Amino acid sequence: MATATPTPKTNRIGLPVVEYRGGKSTLCAGCGHNAISERIIDAMFEMGVEPERVMKMSGIGCSSKSPAYFMSRAHSFNSVHGRMPSVTTGAVLANRTMMALGVSGDGDTVSIGIGQFVHMMRRNLNMIYIIEDNGVYGLTKGQFSATADIGSKLKTGVINELPPIDTCALAIQLGATFVGRSFSGDKKQLLAMLKAAIAHRGTVMLDVISPCVTFNDHEGSTKSYKFMQENDEPINEVGFIASFEDIEVDYDSGQVYDVQMHDGSSLRLRKLHENYDPTDKANAVRTLMEAHEKDEILTGVFYIDTQKPTFTDLLNIVDEPLATLPESLVRPPKSALDSLMANLQ
Amino acid sequence: MATGNLALGQEQGTLSARQRIVNDFSIIVATVNGSGSQSANSVLLKSVFGMGVPVSGKNLFPSNIAGLPTWYTIRASKDGYVARKRDSEVLVALNPETAREDMLALPTGGVAIYEEHLNLKQYRSDVVSYPVPFDKITAAVCPEAKLRKLVKNMVYVGVVAQLLHLDLTVVEKGVHKQFARKQKVFDLNFGAVKAGYDYAQNTFTKQDPFVIAPMNETAGKIIIDGNAACGMGAVFAGVTVVAWYPITPSTSLVEATTDLLKKFRVTPEGKATFAVVQAEDELAAIGMVLGAGWAGARAMTSTSGPGISLMSEFAGLGYYAELPGVIFDVQRTGPSTGMPTRTQQSDLLSVAFLSHGDTRHVVLLPGSVKECFELSYAAFDLAERLQTPVFVLSDLDLGMNNWMSEPFNYPDNPLDRGKVLTAEELERLGGFARYRDADGDGIGWRTLPGTNHPKAAYFTRGSGHNDAAGYTEKPDEYQAVMDRLARKFENARKLVPAPVVVKDGTSKIGFLAFGSTDFALRESLDFIEKEYGKSADYMRIRAYPFAHEIHDFVASHERVYVVEQNRDAQLLSLLKLDLPADHVTRLRSILNYNGLPIDARTIADEFATKEGL
Repeated sequence: MATATPTPKTNRIGLPVVEYRGGKSTLCAGCGHNAISERIIDAMFEMGVEPERVMKMSGIGCSSKSPAYFMSRAHSFNSVHGRMPSVTTGAVLANRTMMALGVSGDGDTVSIGIGQFVHMMRRNLNMIYIIEDNGVYGLTKGQFSATADIGSKLKTGVINELPPIDTCALAIQLGATFVGRSFSGDKKQLLAMLKAAIAHRGTVMLDVISPCVTFNDHEGSTKSYKFMQENDEPINEVGFIASFEDIEVDYDSGQVYDVQMHDGSSLRLRKLHENYDPTDKANAVRTLMEAHEKDEILTGVFYIDTQKPTFTDLLNIVDEPLATLPESLVRPPKSALDSLMANLQ
Repeated sequence: MATGNLALGQEQGTLSARQRIVNDFSIIVATVNGSGSQSANSVLLKSVFGMGVPVSGKNLFPSNIAGLPTWYTIRASKDGYVARKRDSEVLVALNPETAREDMLALPTGGVAIYEEHLNLKQYRSDVVSYPVPFDKITAAVCPEAKLRKLVKNMVYVGVVAQLLHLDLTVVEKGVHKQFARKQKVFDLNFGAVKAGYDYAQNTFTKQDPFVIAPMNETAGKIIIDGNAACGMGAVFAGVTVVAWYPITPSTSLVEATTDLLKKFRVTPEGKATFAVVQAEDELAAIGMVLGAGWAGARAMTSTSGPGISLMSEFAGLGYYAELPGVIFDVQRTGPSTGMPTRTQQSDLLSVAFLSHGDTRHVVLLPGSVKECFELSYAAFDLAERLQTPVFVLSDLDLGMNNWMSEPFNYPDNPLDRGKVLTAEELERLGGFARYRDADGDGIGWRTLPGTNHPKAAYFTRGSGHNDAAGYTEKPDEYQAVMDRLARKFENARKLVPAPVVVKDGTSKIGFLAFGSTDFALRESLDFIEKEYGKSADYMRIRAYPFAHEIHDFVASHERVYVVEQNRDAQLLSLLKLDLPADHVTRLRSILNYNGLPIDARTIADEFATKEGL
């Protein structure tokens, strides 16, 4: 018999985790993307983000369907293939007070969408850009994408012979201010990175290796669960302490890189590679290039800059959403038109 | 202009020195692109305007930064005709490359003002020649050698002013306005005008009949180009997000918009109430517009044919996901790259159906600079009212040339932000279905991201959806949304700008046209009446979907001539899809698609041929 149900655990704004859930996933069972959706739910819940303050943006593909599977209380825009960046740019310009979370895939970003991706990174728009990266096109049954590694093998036996595009190296070089790579199977690392992403102001670009259980999880694939479990090489251990948390973490200061985030949170990166400095842009790119040569898959936070102005700062737009400014602020008065007309006579 | 084979228009007849031709001729200035003649031409145009004489100016320029031939025509017309005229009677030949051809293109009795050493007189004995030592005159008034190329242009302004009897004080005002804040620049330029004026006065005895005499037809009128007028309309519509990619001939539309935004839309704290973004391409530009429109902003982009092609996929998303946005298309000559600096009305069909699937768009068709302003701000209201992309089709002729106009009127109505639910309304309603036809007009209610209510959110997608914005592949649900979209489009007929009845009499013959064709068509109807004694009615279409008045107009005429500036009779084709079958056979086509603006003579001649007159 039903008795009084226990009060569910709520977050700092009083919402239970169920308020962060979405519709039932229609992706394959075991798909890495579902794990990422779960971590997004956890991160948003734990950070106490109001769902109504989030815009979920995506392009086309398996990855781009996933915004339907988390945070139903947030507006969502599943746009066209490879064009999530431009739609998100417009939406953020219309309402800079919103948190934009873009979910894309490796095909959506790196093949058809590479043009919009690189320009997005240049702007440092305030948004989180997640690539759910499995190296293949799932919805069209398993063709290689442009993040597939050289030598990676398709189920059909086809070998990829073209070099992959490293989205993290690109993002760092072009101006994104929080760049990292993670693995959908690494709950702890991904959650910490997502929470830090929520605290960051500027473009966050996270490339999350997310195995495709149907088309790219076999022997010979470099984006399989097995391969990632064996070859994931964290460059740092990511810890995140939210501004509202009061946790003393006892780290050896020489081993930790502490980054103060814009909202008062701190990102703690415990160094795993010798003296890796995540604020050194040139070194970050070089480290990624060297990893390719050594066939290593680095994960962790590669680069962070908490000071660079965002796109809306550069445009010097008002703090209020442009979308809802009153008529008195957006339609110049009759005297303005009269003076223009007088000048044209 | 370098087309020596143009026949002398019948309206002119042979010119002689004995008869004066007052305020009814065209001046053509032949120069080299990049030589800085634009200011001089503008001063000339404004001087004729300042004399109270109706005037229009057209720049016929190459797709080039500097070095290729360019022509500027100024038409003075006591009758107020402002369309292109086939022939120009007064030539200012400053480009040695085209001088011979330019000379040969003059009608008998025309006038040639040219650099002395070109010796153009050798080519025509039936033209009045005024050779001028431009370089020598310029050198005398402009000690600084590197400025001479620019200042030389002002010398021809002086020569022309003297020969055509322009009032020098009016010209002075024009120069003053052109160089508003710079006294030194004014002195130099007006000095050159006077030097040219004096030279002509001291050297020539007037042998030609062309004269500008004061009238009172321009008082209170303005001069502006269509792109600036569209930009002005957008600013007075309260546009907040502008995303664009440079392309001729639409670039100046966004530049004008941006200038006005900087002027009128900065808060006392120095913050902008707008965002202008030069995007990486047209795909991104329209993506930003639709993203901004979705989030509630009034957003626009401006482009031309090639950009329209690139925007195709997003246009379909805008239609199907029902996103507001305004897209200006300043049409140029297609297909493909075509002739980027020449005009055409050849994007109508592609814009009306832009994108794959059953897609239809609302298209506004301004026919004057005043309408560029009015339809521009109307477009923003319509886009939000109808929750769909609205296209404004201008063209290079309307957009980049200067036109005389009545001053623009301040918008009467407040901004129409369309059907947007607030958190309070959601609370009262207990939720909503984004794509449900709650009011029977085919338009659903929407919410904006950030609306503070747990039931505010919905999922926007270009994939199949039901009326609650849920994903669907169910035949009935999909079709219900498509049918509602069709009803919404049908409803739009009543909301878009109504056609203008320009002439409505008892004639059995009617004319239909849109956009910049209007200028020439009005003039040609006068020709037709004068020369053939035929009176015809004329309705100008201002929007697609077509208002019912257009059906009625076709129904009440036996033959309807559809005049447009493209090869494939695009307006006529669009009408065919709309009209009852027995009315389609009434339509006839008059077309012009060589890249030059249509002229009245072309229309009248075609009409006469088709009517067997």
